[in-house]
Amino acid sequence: MAAQSNLKNMTLALGAVCLVCSALLGVAYAVTKAPIEKAAQAKTEASLSQVLPAFDAIEESTVAVEGEDVHYYKALSEGKVVGYAVEAGTIGFGGPLTLMVGVTPDGVVYNTSVLSHSETPGLGAKCATDTKFMQQWQGFNPGEKILSVKKDGGDVDAITASTITSRAYTRAVALAVAAAEAAAAGEAADAVSGASLPQTEEGGQDNE
Amino acid sequence: MSNKLKLITDGLVKNNPTFVLILGMCPTLATTTSAVNGLSMGLATLFVLVLSNIVISAIARFIPDKVHIPAYIVVIATFVTLVQFLMQAYTPAMYETLGLFIPLIVVNCIILGRAEAFASKNGVWDSALDGIGVGLGFTCSLTVLGAVREILGSGSIFGWNFLGGDGMLAFVMAPGAFLCLGYLMVLFNKFLKKD
Repeated sequence: MAAQSNLKNMTLALGAVCLVCSALLGVAYAVTKAPIEKAAQAKTEASLSQVLPAFDAIEESTVAVEGEDVHYYKALSEGKVVGYAVEAGTIGFGGPLTLMVGVTPDGVVYNTSVLSHSETPGLGAKCATDTKFMQQWQGFNPGEKILSVKKDGGDVDAITASTITSRAYTRAVALAVAAAEAAAAGEAADAVSGASLPQTEEGGQDNE
Repeated sequence: MSNKLKLITDGLVKNNPTFVLILGMCPTLATTTSAVNGLSMGLATLFVLVLSNIVISAIARFIPDKVHIPAYIVVIATFVTLVQFLMQAYTPAMYETLGLFIPLIVVNCIILGRAEAFASKNGVWDSALDGIGVGLGFTCSLTVLGAVREILGSGSIFGWNFLGGDGMLAFVMAPGAFLCLGYLMVLFNKFLKKD
């Protein structure tokens, strides 16, 4: 019934199958490339508007913190810097944990949002849904409070039974604050009057 | 005609991949943390299973025996990658929760198992029906398992929280998956599989 298993037949059959399949995948890749990029961009924009005060322009850049390049977005409103959104990545319990952290020019955390995580569902994964955990970051001032979980003597309420995730989250926020400071220091020359912040308290659109 | 219908119901009950054949346990245990996750994983698998069954039954005659497994795997992997692209492009939120497990469909024993045991020996039409039946069986099992774990573990169902708090966390994690799966298997074989 099946074709004979000689070298010629096997090569031809496998070759043909692979050729057709890769052609198909190539087409699918080309077709879905734009929508995938659009989805990723929409996600970045959504998280930017969530973690930053109202802005009308955005500038992308990188800054070196602890020897590593950190990607950040500078938000401007009418020419003034209103905040920095830093893409801060650390390692959580289940794998990489990437946050978008908004920091105002005076070093206070405006809001945070989870870009990607692979934490345990029902436990660490709550870092993206637990309102109590997420709300404590709004207006968190690292100058007055200690940026580490309560178990380690800090001021951050950890998620129940997910200390490792909470520590990673806290570390990412600390990294973001450091990056924002470094970014602000880098352009201190033209950002002397960064004191007038719009104190808009927006309702969280944190559940999807 | 009833013969064709039997192909589908067989996949749901007599050949139920999860509770009777006990195939594809990795995605079963890993993705059923909620009913929606189980349902979408089941549907993704159903899609791949039907398409790969169709294609494999059509090309099986031309593939020499010695290389049929690599050829089938290439076909299956292609469809899985297609699903991945489509999900990433059009349902990014779903891709975020399931993305990790989509590539695992390639090595899901159900798909290669049906390709070997059924599609390579039967016609295109029958293979498609077999794919639908087994795929639906897998989808239903995963949805039920996900629903049970979600009710017990998070106190909610399809994302709707009726408890107003957390459930028993163990059921969302791996031990709960094994427990629920075991008990559901017992119930399934007691009441549904009458042989």
